[in-house]
Amino acid sequence: MAWFENPAQEPLRVPTAALWAVCPKCNTYVAKAEWADACKVCPKCDHHARLNCRERVQLLTDIGTFEEINAAVSVNDPLKFKDASGSYAAKSQAAIQKTGMGEAVLTGTCAIEGSDVVLCVMDFAFMGGSLGSGTGERILLAAEKAVTLHRPLIIVSASGGARMHEGIVSLMQMAKTCAAIAKVKEAGLPYFSVLTDPTTGGVSASYAMVGDLNIAEPKALIGFAGRRVIEQTIKQKLPDDFQTAEYTMAHGFIDHIVPRKEMKAFLAKILRYAGF
Amino acid sequence: MAKKTQKKLTAWEIVQLARHAERPNITAYIEAMCDDFIELHGDRLFGDDRSLIGGFATIGNERVVLIGHRKGSSVEENIEANFGMASPEGYRKAMRLMKLAEKYSLPVVSLVDTPGAYPGSEAEANGQAEAIAHNLEFMARLKTPVVVVVCGEGGSGGALGIAVGDRILMLENAVYSVISPEGCASILWRDGSQAPLAAETLKITAEHLLELGVIDSIISEPAGGAHKKPAAAIASVKKAILKELAELGKLTLDDLIEQRYQKFAAMGRF
Repeated sequence: MAWFENPAQEPLRVPTAALWAVCPKCNTYVAKAEWADACKVCPKCDHHARLNCRERVQLLTDIGTFEEINAAVSVNDPLKFKDASGSYAAKSQAAIQKTGMGEAVLTGTCAIEGSDVVLCVMDFAFMGGSLGSGTGERILLAAEKAVTLHRPLIIVSASGGARMHEGIVSLMQMAKTCAAIAKVKEAGLPYFSVLTDPTTGGVSASYAMVGDLNIAEPKALIGFAGRRVIEQTIKQKLPDDFQTAEYTMAHGFIDHIVPRKEMKAFLAKILRYAGF
Repeated sequence: MAKKTQKKLTAWEIVQLARHAERPNITAYIEAMCDDFIELHGDRLFGDDRSLIGGFATIGNERVVLIGHRKGSSVEENIEANFGMASPEGYRKAMRLMKLAEKYSLPVVSLVDTPGAYPGSEAEANGQAEAIAHNLEFMARLKTPVVVVVCGEGGSGGALGIAVGDRILMLENAVYSVISPEGCASILWRDGSQAPLAAETLKITAEHLLELGVIDSIISEPAGGAHKKPAAAIASVKKAILKELAELGKLTLDDLIEQRYQKFAAMGRF
């Protein structure tokens, strides 16, 4: 089983699980109501645990305004891929069952404090948020929708990168999505990229890094190559803060780090600066 | 035609040919294919990547901007060229040269041959992801024709970072993949020695990529691979580039850019 096929991190299965959530970072027990109220941000260590995309949509959008688009676009299996642990067809079906999503990104129209936008939200629980052809197609269509409706585009990324099971077709989604983003910018429309934990590989090397503004959640893992690959290449241990949002901002690639609870208000504010 | 009678190579055998130490590299292409080449150095921001080079070139009667990954012919050259693994400054230099191409109305010819973008800590610090991402975005709308030739290894994002174009050509024994067969095998099979199987499964050969609609055509190689008769192989590449440039030259810039958009938009629509 690959890293991105791990089941979603769940609180420890202890008898108190009905009442308590456990911070996946520091293992602190937090009352479930408090955990939900904090939008899964640990009150002790400030770890921003991963959200699924329904939770993210709820967090960022005005109540009742989100309308999904491109729901009919789903997973393709161009290579008829099979590896040691089974077929991609079976794994993607399992991901669909588990998450209730058709692909690793949810796209739709919505309002953020009254500003109309097109929003894409990735979900790490769907095969590690990997960029498959269905993912790329949904993002391209969402970007085209932004141009048609003359609205800003916002993409919230959470992804390990390209989806190996779709081979070269997955790689091409990087070019495809960036072409669509270029059209949004050409139309004079804002494009904001929100990078959450993790945003790496082929997603960081395509649409996630080319926002008018790149905005990150605190301590999110952001980078191109994996830590182990780099350590093997340079034959040195990397510092703990390597490839964090803070590290990436210090090197000039992130505009602002925004805590989860403040993200909606922040987006609303920059939308107004951008004239929306 | 002798080729037709040859035994069909496995994907893994093709990987070995694509990586062959004597396979013509960009230096060989420039020497054999260009009547003139003026190398242009530096990204104007940080440095001059020796793994990704470019400049003004004359191919036949065409003045172009040529860019491409650089592998060496000796150990020393390979160390200098970082074995063809480019850093952010390489991708930013490529973008700078492509902007010049647009300004001077010169077509771009891009030769791809890299194991992948360099996975080093400095490359991360300097924004490897951002550098590649911006090239993808920029090349999608570049107002001049772009012909890409995958000559050897098309290693993932490091290859794609200079491979968005109007025509994507590929040599018969080149490979182009989202991940190396070894990398894929160690992740999905938990066993690097399954690389030959991963190579087959990933469908990384020119034949498969043509079927998948990722490339436009395949350039034949001499029997046994391009390294057996480099002059003949390079002559075929030159001929193919000139043919594509002549055809692309007939399009208006608006049509060119819209067709390029539609080409990539269609990838992964089944």
